[in-house]
Amino acid sequence: MLDYSSYDEFREEIRAKADEIVAPHAAAIDAEDHIPDGVMKAVAQEGWFGATAPEAYGGLAWDTVRYSIMVEEVSRASGSVGVMLAVQGSLIVYPLQKYGTPEQVEHYMPGFASGEVLGSFALTEPGAGSDAGNTKTTAVLDGEEWVINGQKCFITNTKRDWPGICFATVRTDPDPSAGVRGVSSLVVPAETPGFNYGRKENKMGLHGSDTSEIFFEDCRVPKDSVLGELNEGFKLFMVALDAGRISIGAMAVGLGQAALDLAIKHAETRHQFGKPLGVQQAIQWKIAEMATKVRAARFLVYSAAARKDAGLPYTTEAAMAKYYAAEVGRLVASDAVQIHGGLGYDKSYPLERIYRDVKLDEIGEGTSEIQKIVIGRNLINLKRKT
Amino acid sequence: MDFNLNDEQKMMRQVAAEIADEQLAPRAEEMEENREIPADLLAFLAEQGYFGLFLPEAYGGVELDPVTYALTMEEFSRGSPAVALVVSVQNALVGLPILKYGTEEQKEKYLARAASGELFGAFALSEDEAGSDAASVQLRAEKKNGGYVLTGHKKYITNAGFAGLFLVVARTGPEPGAKGLSCFLVERDAPGFALGERFEGMGMRALDVRRLEFENCEVPAEALLGAEGEGLKIALASLDLSRIGVAGQAVGIGQQAFNEARRYAGEREQFGRPIIKFQGIQFYLAEMATRLEAARLLMLRAAARAQAGEPFSAEAAMAKLYASETANFCANLGVQIHGGYGYMRDYVVERFYRDARVTEIYEGTSEIQKLIIAGSILKG
Repeated sequence: MLDYSSYDEFREEIRAKADEIVAPHAAAIDAEDHIPDGVMKAVAQEGWFGATAPEAYGGLAWDTVRYSIMVEEVSRASGSVGVMLAVQGSLIVYPLQKYGTPEQVEHYMPGFASGEVLGSFALTEPGAGSDAGNTKTTAVLDGEEWVINGQKCFITNTKRDWPGICFATVRTDPDPSAGVRGVSSLVVPAETPGFNYGRKENKMGLHGSDTSEIFFEDCRVPKDSVLGELNEGFKLFMVALDAGRISIGAMAVGLGQAALDLAIKHAETRHQFGKPLGVQQAIQWKIAEMATKVRAARFLVYSAAARKDAGLPYTTEAAMAKYYAAEVGRLVASDAVQIHGGLGYDKSYPLERIYRDVKLDEIGEGTSEIQKIVIGRNLINLKRKT
Repeated sequence: MDFNLNDEQKMMRQVAAEIADEQLAPRAEEMEENREIPADLLAFLAEQGYFGLFLPEAYGGVELDPVTYALTMEEFSRGSPAVALVVSVQNALVGLPILKYGTEEQKEKYLARAASGELFGAFALSEDEAGSDAASVQLRAEKKNGGYVLTGHKKYITNAGFAGLFLVVARTGPEPGAKGLSCFLVERDAPGFALGERFEGMGMRALDVRRLEFENCEVPAEALLGAEGEGLKIALASLDLSRIGVAGQAVGIGQQAFNEARRYAGEREQFGRPIIKFQGIQFYLAEMATRLEAARLLMLRAAARAQAGEPFSAEAAMAKLYASETANFCANLGVQIHGGYGYMRDYVVERFYRDARVTEIYEGTSEIQKLIIAGSILKG
């Protein structure tokens, strides 16, 4: 059924679990800027790190719609845990499954699926944010090894107290005119000598989801560490980012839903002028606008996910889902803050955290501006004559 | 219609801009981290006359007009919105109401000390159950032994941590309703008065915002500001003016977010050119600049009416409503133009994004501003 109500039971199970194992820790994760081992293990126990991984490697083999619902519901409890699972599922498990050799899948998938290993996707560099073709980090073949040198920044899932493996986008074709056609994705375990985490970023929100610089200094990995075809890293990261956009959209829907739920509860229970806030038409209309936007954003996310599952092109739809859901998430969080007045700005209440967390969704994995470029270019065909 | 500033206003704006750029902006991050406005900075501002903006020279004030006040708020807020708010509260919500409604004794006792920065004041209206619905204040003031005894609490009170004087709205008459409310000047060391826990907010973290507790807090009869039953009138009239200041603050936040974004867009290269060469970024800047101009004109118009002695409640409400939305609009696009850097604490726009949000909430939420504006429309 087109309204996705057939997933209701599934959603309720995930929501109940997320409320039980994630939500109670969300405030502390934000305040301490750390996801504790207990939460990591509880999430791993549910299999959510490997939601989309094949069952043979310990995954749950969920389709993208189910995976999106999981990211949404976990994000509703904690954006920090939600984004960690979004990265693991879309930027790590998915490209490994799609582009990995049987040996690579065999070797790496069980760790990612079980959550024993956290994957990070290192694309962005100080001079290559929205412009990924400008990658400066290089990998030079020296006998049977790649030697990597360079710097990455804003890399998520760089959790220092957890085993990590990085998928690094590096320039493997020394000819600079090759542009994005000269980059490849290399699999680099975090314990490799020459792989060093730099500064951990102090972000506006999503505390506990660690974001760091990564420095490669003569970092050597075996020749067979290339994920996918040599010099076709562009294709890999574009495909991974398409998938990633669905999950960032799902994350934004979850955060928006969390804000909406709080706003509705507040409208029902807070009295001013001798009656509940919810009696006021201004509040009713605001709630109506918020709920409509969240529902529309959710359907955009599921629609992109369903297209991916059906093997249809979904680049435009994923960009729309991320762009719209992230904007809706911000607007709805802002409206919820407004309905709460001073309480919405108060750190002793979850809303200001949601407001800070959801802002990332308009920035990470391609800013909203990049999404608009993707959508616009896909819709406008300048070669069409009539 | 003349929106030109006179020479004194231009000069005062320039002075405030220099203070913002040289004294406030370089220390804003330190103030945020330490959650404190340094004493030497407050002393400097006092010396420059910023705590006696509306007060006559007799009290050590500089007696400036509302337009200059608004411009000062705007410029200061480019450097530090928190410092601007401290200045605004001291002038519009403490100094001015005492000047307008106080007895000679009250003025003598407090105003010179307020202007010199020796005494800071706080304005205490909100309570747990009295937010937007200010008339439902529950804090009681009972007559006793020729004075009053205050019992209850206040919430979200700015400057409370270092204030020596609190302008407190309390109920002397029957509940509910505005007519039973009166204003009191309560000193920090009044028996039965206590500071509650400090508020932790998303932004404006240098501000010292607290809960206040009153437990059989005894104040003399002379603590009453204005007449009994005038409390809400005094509070709301003071807020009318301070909203012009908050509008100025919001314009300043938006302007600085714009300035940062403009500069960054000129420096940051992507796809082989500075991002300001992209039409999308140019149009973002165009939208920001347009809204800032409109917000500033609304602010100036409200201030000009206040200066001319004309009614300005609705104009101040419009200015605050629109300017606070504009601040958030600009802060959001400012972050967006910075991309990933905009989400990082190292960049000023990240702080402005969090600071901007409260301008739509405090000193009357946007909803309250709309009620005021709608009220004036319905009155015709």
